[in-house]
Amino acid sequence: MNRINKVFKDKKEILSIYFTAGFPELNDTVNVIESLEKSGVDIVEIGLPYSDPLADGPTIQESSTIALKNGMTTKNLFKQLKNIRSKTNIPLVIMGYLNPIIQYGIESFCKDCQSVGIDGLIIPDLPADIYHAKYKEVFYKYRLLNMFLITPQTSDKRIRFIDKISTGFIYMVSSFSITGAVKSFQADQKKYFRRINNMNLKSPLLIGFGISNKNTYKDAINFSNGAIIGSAFINFIDKEGIGKIDRFIKKIRA
Amino acid sequence: MKTSYNIDKNGFYGDFGGAFIPEMMHANIEELRKKYVSLITRKSFTKEFDELLKNYVGRPTPLYFAKRISEKYNTRIYLKREDLCHTGAHKINNTIGQILLAQKLGKKRIIAETGAGQHGVATATVCALMGIECVIYMGEVDIKRQSPNVARMKMLGAEVIPAKSGSKTLKDATNEAIRDWIKNPVDTHYIIGSVVGPHPYPDMVARFQSVIGFEIKDQLKSLENRDYPDYLIACVGGGSNAAGIFYPFLDNKKVNIVCVEAEGKGVNSGYSAATTSLGKEGIIHGSKTLLMQSKDGQITEPYSISAGLDYPGIGPMHANLYKTGRGKFISINDNEAMDWGLNLSVSEGIIPAIETAHAFAVLDHMKFKKDDIVVFNCSGRGDKDLDTYIDFFKL
Repeated sequence: MNRINKVFKDKKEILSIYFTAGFPELNDTVNVIESLEKSGVDIVEIGLPYSDPLADGPTIQESSTIALKNGMTTKNLFKQLKNIRSKTNIPLVIMGYLNPIIQYGIESFCKDCQSVGIDGLIIPDLPADIYHAKYKEVFYKYRLLNMFLITPQTSDKRIRFIDKISTGFIYMVSSFSITGAVKSFQADQKKYFRRINNMNLKSPLLIGFGISNKNTYKDAINFSNGAIIGSAFINFIDKEGIGKIDRFIKKIRA
Repeated sequence: MKTSYNIDKNGFYGDFGGAFIPEMMHANIEELRKKYVSLITRKSFTKEFDELLKNYVGRPTPLYFAKRISEKYNTRIYLKREDLCHTGAHKINNTIGQILLAQKLGKKRIIAETGAGQHGVATATVCALMGIECVIYMGEVDIKRQSPNVARMKMLGAEVIPAKSGSKTLKDATNEAIRDWIKNPVDTHYIIGSVVGPHPYPDMVARFQSVIGFEIKDQLKSLENRDYPDYLIACVGGGSNAAGIFYPFLDNKKVNIVCVEAEGKGVNSGYSAATTSLGKEGIIHGSKTLLMQSKDGQITEPYSISAGLDYPGIGPMHANLYKTGRGKFISINDNEAMDWGLNLSVSEGIIPAIETAHAFAVLDHMKFKKDDIVVFNCSGRGDKDLDTYIDFFKL
């Protein structure tokens, strides 16, 4: 069984952490993954940095710019992850934009993902329809799960379609928003969480975008299988370095 | 079925186009995709659009026979005078169309990106005309080098927000505008300024700009007793003025299509915007097209002396014209373009935008027959570029 499917089977209140590969320093990638696992995180999303990350806010754009300046490339990432499976068994997802993946070659990319032990992909600018028509075979061939986003504007019909073609979890965007931290959720957001919850989808749900602290995490897990934190974590390691990651995680789960 | 160089039913020009967008944009793009054709071809819409183009923009623009350069180059050269449009360039054809569309969609707020500021000014203008809130994203670097246009937008009541991410130029302004739309999907319409972005934008903008080509068809009938030219020549940044002038002639092989890109300081100098020479297939701003990028797929920063041509991609229509060989692509460097800015001024009394001047430099690279009808899109006037001209020629 894929590690992602297994973690949803075995655990509740999933915490998934996103970070940008090659940030703050080029060779921090593996250390960050190991610290996250030790701190009790359930899934790690490795961001493949991109020059023009449309769906992301200023924090991730900035960390991506720095990672690229540090010399992070797709090739480099696979090199860094080469022995990752001898060190950790945590589910690993790569989150990256389509253009760098196309340049690497979709098939080569998927193949290299499988060979280093990646479990699934989130490609925000690969729409579910295009994935379904063109890319699902290659994902399947290399045993990679796919994760799609839904938003408050996604129609019920489309959510059903996305649920049907999803093999991992559904990434539920918390609001009309790009990535970035907020302090608390509004009433209409909770209404939307409830609506999705009542649809009884087959895929597990993780809420992301705007999760930054204990409060927003608790709110999110009330309505879903767990939460994804990105910008708040990047802000933390930017300020505190990568040595105190367990403190950040403990505070969220306190 | 015969091949068409226009868009297919799936939103592609050959291999290029489509809508590679994050889910956060899906609802808005899908709404546009479903509604745009029926909305903008409706009689009530075209009537309002045509009236504004006539009485507000000043259309039809003249198709002017340029006697002196025709004599010099021994051929028949016409200039489609888009520089005479209100606000000084063709950009307003599209913003008039899109503001009407935004109203029909019930949108209350307009956002746009701008590089040199021409599209920003054209957008701010139509928002003032309709009394709609207007926010323009412009790269911090561009704000500094295009201050008169920033002032114009402000006078027209628009809020100008500096794009501070990435390289702080047009592509980043576009990213910021898209992010704004993601955050404000319900009340806001995004007026993209060129034939770029996810489907249906390239086709929608091309249709609004196609008035340029259709007028040429009519005008040539009375001027030359035939309804097509032998050559159509236009500069290409994103490609909106070129799409507009080519549109009715895309599938008429008797018409030679010439696209002129900005070579900057030389194709291999590292300071260039010659996308078809330097670019590879990929995704930019939701569209599959040719774009300038590193071998790793990171989008690189283009350069041209004209801010309106330094976009790292080109529209999917043009990418297809290039790949199929339907269009001839030529790149013109900064110096040639600047010289033609001066040439056109002294020989015809028309000071062109530097973008537009690139197109005319083709005259030194191509041979035309005596009877050839060669139509240039004189897409914009040069007032906005005076500082650059002053600097370059020490005027």
